[in-house]
Amino acid sequence: MFKDSLFDPAGPVSAATRDLFFDSVGLMLIVVAPVFLLVGFVLWRYRAGTGAAYKPHWAGSRAVEIGIWFMPVVIVVALWFIVWNRTHALDPYKPIASGLPPLVVQAVALDWQWLFIYPDENVAAVNRLVFPVGRPLTIELTSDTVMNSLSIPALGGQIYAMAGMETQLNLLADRPGVYDGRNTMFSGDGFSAQTFAAEAVDVSGFQSFLAQARASGDALDAAGFETLSTPTIAGPVRLYSTVEPKLFHTIMAAHGSMPEMAPAANHAEHAP
Amino acid sequence: MNPDLLFGKLTLDALPFYSPIAAGGAATIVLGGVAVVGLITWLKAWTYLWTEWFTSTDHKKLGIMYVILALVMLLRGFVDALMMRAQQAIAMGNEGYLTPDHFQQVFSSHGTIMIFFMGMPFLFGIMNYVVPLQLGARDVAFPLLNAIGLWLTAAGAALVMASLVIGVFSTGGWTGYPPYTELSYSPTVGVDYWIMALLIAGTGTTLSAINFIVTIYKMRAPGMGLMQMPLFCWTALCASLLAVFALPGLTVAGGLLALDRYLGMHFFTNDGGGNVMNYANLFWIFGHPEVYILILPAFGVFSTVIPTFSQKRLFGYNVLVYATMCIAVLSFTVWLHHFFTMGADANVNAFFGIMTAVIAVPTGVKVYDWILTMYRGRLRFDTPMLWSIAFILTFVIGGMTGVILSIPPLDYVFHNTLFLIAHFHNMLIPGMLFGLFAGYAYWFPKAFGFPLDETWGRRAFWFWVVGFYLAFMPLYVLGFMGAVRRMTYYDQPEWQVYFIIAAIGALSVLLGIVSQIIQLVVSIRNRAQTANLAGDHWGGQTLEWSTSSPPPEYNFAVLPTVCTLDAFQVAKDMGTPHLWPERYEPLEVPRNTMVGLVFGALAFLLGFATVWHIWWLAGLAIIGIVGITIARSFATETTRIIPASEIALTELRWKQAILAQQGDAQ
Amino acid sequence: MSERQHPGINLTHARPQDARHAEVTVFGFWTFLMSDAILFALLFATYASMVSRTAGGPSGAELFDIGNAFLETIVLLLSSFTFGMAAVALKEGRQRAASLWLVVTLLLGLGFLGLELREFSSLITQGATPQTSGFLSSFFVLLSLHGLHALVGCIWIGVMLAQIAIFGLSRPVRSRLLRLGLFWHFLDLVWIVIFTLVYLPVVSA
Repeated sequence: MFKDSLFDPAGPVSAATRDLFFDSVGLMLIVVAPVFLLVGFVLWRYRAGTGAAYKPHWAGSRAVEIGIWFMPVVIVVALWFIVWNRTHALDPYKPIASGLPPLVVQAVALDWQWLFIYPDENVAAVNRLVFPVGRPLTIELTSDTVMNSLSIPALGGQIYAMAGMETQLNLLADRPGVYDGRNTMFSGDGFSAQTFAAEAVDVSGFQSFLAQARASGDALDAAGFETLSTPTIAGPVRLYSTVEPKLFHTIMAAHGSMPEMAPAANHAEHAP
Repeated sequence: MNPDLLFGKLTLDALPFYSPIAAGGAATIVLGGVAVVGLITWLKAWTYLWTEWFTSTDHKKLGIMYVILALVMLLRGFVDALMMRAQQAIAMGNEGYLTPDHFQQVFSSHGTIMIFFMGMPFLFGIMNYVVPLQLGARDVAFPLLNAIGLWLTAAGAALVMASLVIGVFSTGGWTGYPPYTELSYSPTVGVDYWIMALLIAGTGTTLSAINFIVTIYKMRAPGMGLMQMPLFCWTALCASLLAVFALPGLTVAGGLLALDRYLGMHFFTNDGGGNVMNYANLFWIFGHPEVYILILPAFGVFSTVIPTFSQKRLFGYNVLVYATMCIAVLSFTVWLHHFFTMGADANVNAFFGIMTAVIAVPTGVKVYDWILTMYRGRLRFDTPMLWSIAFILTFVIGGMTGVILSIPPLDYVFHNTLFLIAHFHNMLIPGMLFGLFAGYAYWFPKAFGFPLDETWGRRAFWFWVVGFYLAFMPLYVLGFMGAVRRMTYYDQPEWQVYFIIAAIGALSVLLGIVSQIIQLVVSIRNRAQTANLAGDHWGGQTLEWSTSSPPPEYNFAVLPTVCTLDAFQVAKDMGTPHLWPERYEPLEVPRNTMVGLVFGALAFLLGFATVWHIWWLAGLAIIGIVGITIARSFATETTRIIPASEIALTELRWKQAILAQQGDAQ
Repeated sequence: MSERQHPGINLTHARPQDARHAEVTVFGFWTFLMSDAILFALLFATYASMVSRTAGGPSGAELFDIGNAFLETIVLLLSSFTFGMAAVALKEGRQRAASLWLVVTLLLGLGFLGLELREFSSLITQGATPQTSGFLSSFFVLLSLHGLHALVGCIWIGVMLAQIAIFGLSRPVRSRLLRLGLFWHFLDLVWIVIFTLVYLPVVSA
């Protein structure tokens, strides 16, 4: 039932996130479980008419009060360490350690489709993201429209795609498969169908994908992008054999990105 | 003459004939309005309503009107919820019965209404009714400002309702994130309705909040120090402080978005140097404290109800006060957790995650304090207490999922999914709405002199609680499975069963609401048998129970002198619950005035004219608002005197009711 | 008691409830100013984050006339001084002097608004409109909001002049003048921040 979700991780990021989920739930149950037991006990024991002990003026106890502050504080301090460490360990910007260099894909959010540019391979795909299993995947994101958010739950987290800005998401699939990917940020009429297939394939599969793209004969130039970016609901998968150089940066610049503000290594800039 | 000049963008196309469902909704609103007007006319009640209610500045009447507004808007917001649940239960592999545009209007108006026009008026209504009475005050600090606050809130609500009949509502959700809500992506008037409704209601809320702060700091009964104040007043104070400090965030976010849309500026646009991230920051600098504005007063209700029905003092009053203040301050330090996924640095995300986890501490302490209040008490399970117990048990689940979402790597996965939706409904329904229902049942006999029917109250309670679990637990599961919020349709067959269960839950809530309507009718019908003028219906501990039910216009003939917490309980323990002076002094009370209502009406016109670009009307409305403000400042006869003889008579009638009740008891 | 609470409006011979009433309304007005100050703080933050977002349009260094801004500052500070003189006259119960100083304050306030409008129109004729860039949007909105407050202050002074003429220095009139004073000095304070944050960086750059 949780196929290809956080509970069926297909990569190290989602596996670590799943572990984090169970760790934090377990930690919190130390405070929360007693609440259920105590409430049940108190409601039953002290219902009116039982003749149980009745202390109408008992309204404070130093020892008890210290106790009820102490427990949550301990748990939350433990949470701090977990939050600090895991937030750094699972930072979407952090490259994933691997013997292989990452595959860079540039994702552009459109109304209401996803364009994936493979800059090193000079091909592109729409509504379909193919990448080799076992090799880190670095997705650079921007948007040619409203704010979007790219998510592949089986592999890990999501990150926003915003016009004129570049954000980044690092993922790795350690088993082959076809996973659901989508925009999670409401973006208009076509939002519900703004999904794509994220396919983790072996090396030969990836090579044949590239070959297939190159054989398509479609070129993604300025005119091609113009056509592509017209609002489309549930658009088909498309492949492009060549991509105009620096198209990703042209799209960002069209929305007023300033070169000094978009160094790829830095995180999205923030308002103070 | 050019019609654009006269009617702006308004044409006959604004009527909702684009879909039969929307036309049906509009017809319901119009026919409902006509029916209400007809009924009032038939009952010849206009004069009564005008003199006793619409022009009143009495905090008790304003409080009741706030609650009525909230209950009406609850019905509207709930119909939206039912439509969403029905749509998503059906729309697997097909488009369902709503178009995307209509579905988007429905979820946007649901969120906007439930937060701003149901939750806020409901809690401001209860605060209005209860706070001055609990403080031992005769009214709030600024009665007219109080009326203006109510009518501005009503004007905002009226704009949302008007959008159903004339034009469309926003499709941008209750958060209205640009650039989607910019003119280039949302060219219709929907977003303008949303902005104007929020700005007008936000102004009203700011004025009301200032009023409560001053009332609580300056108008307490002689001898009542801050630490002798009932806990509900503390939570009202914290909520009001939060509102004063936080609402400017909404005003700026909404105002700048309006400037982008109306004057072509570039605050949040994709081009021209706009920056959408500013909006997210501004909105959530308001938005997160807003959550505590909604929840803290409900905590105050629970802290009042639980001791009363445990027949015991509140455990750890000081700790609860400090915890409340802690939460209020901390609520300003966590806003970034609403957009961990925007790409901030890991240090920033971790910092805000840690700050968020800190809030769990005072909240957890409160929960333990409430349990310890019940410990060694004598628990009575009347409906206010039932709501409180359901709150404790349900709220801790929401708290747990909240901590999960506060951990950035988990938020990367759950953000924007139905897990998030389940979480915040899990906080706001038990945390806010159950508290408001508990307060409604608890103070109803105070406000009207007769209690609500218990049998129907219990039915409503069970339908609501069962409905809540059925409606929202499946959403957690769907969130785990990767289902996101705001989908009109989907193509994953395994999701559908959970959406159907959630829809069944919504139907159970519907039965709960129907039960509440029946409860109200039954209670009013039986009021002759259940009437209790004497005042102390539940065995309350705080000063509002030391007055008659309903209390007289002036609240207290003699201001009580207070030297301890739970002043009324202490007075009862000492055998002197009521003081009957030899002689009464005449009292000065504010005169009725139509200024508040006119303010609200002009604000509505201003909002409506701005939405439709009818600039002459907007100009007239502004001139009217400035003019009435100046004119009012020249008015000198704004109060009237209640003569001592009238007061003596009222008090005597009340004394007889108390004696009669004591006679019955013997 | 009452004198200690509000020496500025001299309620010594007033009824006790007047002092209490003044206390309540002044506290309420402070609370309102607090909310207003946050509104400005958020706009300052917005401006600071938009300064570099000129979108190819002119920057502050190319546009701002520090001389005019300095003149505006002087006029506004002077108006605060004259309001202070009005407050002294009010305390001493000199009605004519109070009105006179208020008239001077009003003229200075209108002068400030005139200077600001002159600056705006000069910018707009140079093609630097609020629609040009995010930077200019935030500049115009920040200054217009302050200007709108100044306009409200001017209208308020006019109303108070009328009230002094009609009611004399009655208790409500004095209480209102006290709050008007708070408002007027608050305007000054906001302007000082505007001058520091908007204009001075241009000079130092």
